[in-house]
Amino acid sequence: MIGDRHGPGGRAADRHVTAQRTAAAPGGGRIALHGVNVSFPAAGRQRVVAVDAVDLDVEAGQIVSIIGPNGGGKSTLLRVIAGLLRPDHGEALLDGQPIRGPDPRVSLVFQEPRLLPWRSAARNVAYPMELAGWDRARRDARVTELVRVVGLAGAEDRIPAELSGGMRQRAALARALALEPRVLLLDEPFSALDALTRERFNVELLGLWGRTHPTVVVVTHSIQEAIFLGDRVVVLGGRPGRVVADLPIQLPRPRTLGQLDDAVVSAAAHEIRAHLDQSVAS
Amino acid sequence: MTANAARRPDRGLAPTGRRSQVMFGAAGLGLFLALWQAIVVVGGYPPFILPPPGAVMGRLVTGWADGTIAPHALRTLIEVALGFGVGAAAALVVGYLLARSAFVERLVSPYIVAAQATPILALAPILTLWFGPGLTSKVVICALIVFFPIAISTMVGIRSVDAGLLELGRSLRATRRQVLTTLEIPAALPSIFGGLRVGVTLAVVGAIVGEWAGADQGLGLLINLARGSLFDIPLLFATLVTIALLGVALYVVVVLVERLLLRAR
Repeated sequence: MIGDRHGPGGRAADRHVTAQRTAAAPGGGRIALHGVNVSFPAAGRQRVVAVDAVDLDVEAGQIVSIIGPNGGGKSTLLRVIAGLLRPDHGEALLDGQPIRGPDPRVSLVFQEPRLLPWRSAARNVAYPMELAGWDRARRDARVTELVRVVGLAGAEDRIPAELSGGMRQRAALARALALEPRVLLLDEPFSALDALTRERFNVELLGLWGRTHPTVVVVTHSIQEAIFLGDRVVVLGGRPGRVVADLPIQLPRPRTLGQLDDAVVSAAAHEIRAHLDQSVAS
Repeated sequence: MTANAARRPDRGLAPTGRRSQVMFGAAGLGLFLALWQAIVVVGGYPPFILPPPGAVMGRLVTGWADGTIAPHALRTLIEVALGFGVGAAAALVVGYLLARSAFVERLVSPYIVAAQATPILALAPILTLWFGPGLTSKVVICALIVFFPIAISTMVGIRSVDAGLLELGRSLRATRRQVLTTLEIPAALPSIFGGLRVGVTLAVVGAIVGEWAGADQGLGLLINLARGSLFDIPLLFATLVTIALLGVALYVVVVLVERLLLRAR
């Protein structure tokens, strides 16, 4: 199967890449973390340091995968970029400006869908627009578009309890895209899905990325997923978490699942695994 | 259009369910009345101890027809409505503060619990002394008695709001007001209505207790009259039935409002 790049298993992931970008397409934001340190209060007087001295620059429109062991501070870093956590030391910048709190240009997809259980899928997707004060007509038009784009059509009137896990995460993704973010942060977004669905979602995610080219930071536990999605894979390790490796992934886009059998992928996977093992051992 | 075919499951009663419910209800009522009649017959009780259901129903009808019960019932209804309204409004605010402020909880909760532990029966005469035998004392008693269950259920409901949803709201830069109206209230609504259901029935109890302690009108007063100067025991029972029906009717109103609001979320 090695070299089977466009075989039967391969699906055009970035089929929208060449599609003309609309004038409204926001493009990506530039993220810069310099010497970021975050700690949490713990039992007693001590504080537990979650991440320490993290430097990370993400160029506009780039996709960066962050991988590392549990408790390695991956989610913490995402929350710093999302403006939900203030670093104790160091600085976090978006397009050169300090991140002082949640920003409409940045959107976070959580590990769980976190849908409002009493609202239909469509009204969940509309939620950020409601909060932002969009009028009804504008909301409805955007919801219709998003529902189509993420593949929720036909399920928009159902409440979350009536949706499959995959459909719920589609709704969460649509909601995250609602305000056309320039930065999309994903915290193990597909980890609750089965392996096949997950692969398909990753392909679709790249398709969505191809529409507006937001900057994407995705936290994952899966080495394969990290490689498939990322322009770079950043390995976090140790306690407190630090960047132990930052590997470019030389896979051409648009990417297809067939590329997962590429020699480049197995070499990258080998290297990532070595870094992970080392950081756990130390 | 398959989406519209996929209706939300059972929000409200299916038609078959409603019919069988009505049948069960009627059967239960029949059984209750039959049992009542049987006790009267078997026990051989005189009407001034336990009148048979037929006599009570008859007195209920004549009591409403000749205007004996209606003005008292209206007065009690007004007391309950005002007292419940005032008490519930205060309880919703205090319940929210209890849930969201540790300071308020530490400051206020001992007094709330202590007030709840004091029997309303003991407070009623004092409140009647302070506020007079008119409407005000009953409204105060009703408000006091409904306060506790509604405040506690509001507190529990607001505290139960999923922290993940609150973080979502924060990441979407929801204002305090938006968090309240789009997350906290909708999520706490079932719990709050649990308290309101209990509260509305207690409000009826509060009004009757208040009227017992001294009143110029009301169903509680009518009980006293029927038992005392009028010595009309069927009327006493007819008044009890009226009180029970009032409680059931108010409870049903609360349940209907609950359904309406849950659907509007």
